[in-house]
Amino acid sequence: MAGLLEFKGKKYEIDDDGYLLNWQEWNEDIAGHLAEIEGINLTEAHWEVIKFLRNYFLQYQIAPMIKILVKEIGKVMGPEKGNTKYLYELYPGGPAKQACKFAGLPKPTGCV
Amino acid sequence: MSNKVPTPDELSKIDYKPPKRKWMDTPVEFKPGTWCYGSRPKYLEAVGMPNPRDWKPSDEDWKLPENWKEIFLEGMEERLRKYRSFRLFMDICVRCGACADKCHFFIGSGDPKNMPVLRAELLRSVYRKYFTTSGKLLGKVAGARELTVDVLKEIWYYMYQCSECRRCSVFCPYGIDTAEITLIGRELLNLLGLNTDWIAGPVANCYRTGNHLGIEPHTFKNSLEFFLSDIEDITGIKIEPSFNRKGAEILFVTPSGDTFADPGTYTCMGYLMLFHELGLDYTWSTYASEGGNFGFFTSNEMAKRLHYKIFAEAKRLGVKWILGGECGHMWRLLNQYLDTWHGPADFLEEPVSPITGTKFENTKSSRLVHIAEFTADLIKHGKLNLDPSRNDHLKVTFHDSCNTSRGMGIFEEPRYIIKNVCNHFYEMPEDTIREKTFCCGSGSGLNAGENMELRMRGGFPRANAVRFVKEKHGVNMLANICAIDRAALPPLMDYWVTDVRVTGVHELVGNALVMKGEKERTVDLRNEPLTSKESKEE
Repeated sequence: MAGLLEFKGKKYEIDDDGYLLNWQEWNEDIAGHLAEIEGINLTEAHWEVIKFLRNYFLQYQIAPMIKILVKEIGKVMGPEKGNTKYLYELYPGGPAKQACKFAGLPKPTGCV
Repeated sequence: MSNKVPTPDELSKIDYKPPKRKWMDTPVEFKPGTWCYGSRPKYLEAVGMPNPRDWKPSDEDWKLPENWKEIFLEGMEERLRKYRSFRLFMDICVRCGACADKCHFFIGSGDPKNMPVLRAELLRSVYRKYFTTSGKLLGKVAGARELTVDVLKEIWYYMYQCSECRRCSVFCPYGIDTAEITLIGRELLNLLGLNTDWIAGPVANCYRTGNHLGIEPHTFKNSLEFFLSDIEDITGIKIEPSFNRKGAEILFVTPSGDTFADPGTYTCMGYLMLFHELGLDYTWSTYASEGGNFGFFTSNEMAKRLHYKIFAEAKRLGVKWILGGECGHMWRLLNQYLDTWHGPADFLEEPVSPITGTKFENTKSSRLVHIAEFTADLIKHGKLNLDPSRNDHLKVTFHDSCNTSRGMGIFEEPRYIIKNVCNHFYEMPEDTIREKTFCCGSGSGLNAGENMELRMRGGFPRANAVRFVKEKHGVNMLANICAIDRAALPPLMDYWVTDVRVTGVHELVGNALVMKGEKERTVDLRNEPLTSKESKEE
């Protein structure tokens, strides 16, 4: 479909919006690279979100609702960070779209 | 290929001057931002739809089957025989133009091929060429044209620029239902594998898990439990709903968007609170976990196939009847197609409200009650303790969803509910509500991310009416009873209006509902302070 993204000698299938087509192919290197393409340098705070997204996905086979993510980040990073404003500061493209993209998760479809 | 959406200023400069050349000689331009990605092969394979392959609408080669023309024309012939409506709508248009300026996509784009009459003409011209004597003999003079690859591409482009909202049909003196033409047009395209990823994905998911989002049973349950914990924080009340419970009186089915994406999630909290307060003997199902049916945006057969899970689950659980949530196209299917597909659901009982004793006569065949009817009936009988001042921070207007209004005539019930749970309600102008309502611009599976320009154009008339009541009355909340609305209207409001948010009706009910044993509420379901409480104390 959209094509292949080559990075460090490995080829990744991506869709038209640059999302990985196979979440199993994801690794930390490619996450960093996907972020770099969008001009973002992944810090510890970014990784906290990505790790939660990956774990949630492994358990539930879908990206979490934003409010689940907000609550979790509040728990881990402190209540002052448990809000969408903080998540948008980390991921200006939106936690649902951009963070899921770096975490290698598919986009949700339907009435969303 | 993420494309930048033009600014509202740029987009509102709409050129209504038609092109100089005649429409048949004006080639279609696949402008980025106005079409959706082609369906991925894995989605078509999952449900056995034809011609799965990687393809891009912007590519020259659409990788069609060799005998594509034959398939398309045979498909057309079959449907002309099968659907009298289709044959009639191909024949009877007199091109009076009453529909021309009624389509939100025409109003927002100025593209003459978005006039319903011309959208239908794209197919009619092919119909005339191959199925009428005058067309066969006279060709172009009789408004007929050859089916070529370019014509096929044009049909695809414009069949996915119609949201099947049927506003045009309200104004047609012949009652031509252009949505039916689009439906058949999409069916024919699907015979060649010409679908969109945003529609094919939910169809495949729905077939596998019972819902568009692909939510699996444990995830479904987990999401609802999350809402329950929020409800407990807000009201102090612990709710324990049941899942897949055999012998429950009622099965409740709502669009999966309500269990996943804001602001639908708040509406879902409203359902949970209402049913708990009533002590309703009902169950959720993790299989019939979708009210919507993206199969309907593909073909009648696919819609029928995906729909049946709701009845199958009702049978399996042995419920008496089904209660349906705030969904749009779910209701059009139930109201207009269900009987033809399956016959009456007479393995269920005729629905009677266990709280008021009201028999829902209108659901005699489908045995499926709309939650707006159910709740309006509760209020009418004084069964709910409501404090509308808890919604005093909201100035509300109501957007009639195309399918529940034009597709089944639900106009009064949601308004009756809103007026009982809110103190500030304002109507949008008459020509933009009820049966003349304007579409959100994203219905019929057009609510993807890559066609944002199209969605903002299509939603322009609706947004314009909201902006009017915002400026006149200070409206800050747009209520509706459809999950696509709840997904599509927030970006539309941000784009054209700003500072107007979107809600389902049962979120407003949840706010106003005084529950037995609840603690004093200080926040609404969004965890935002109830301003009225502060002003009362002052």
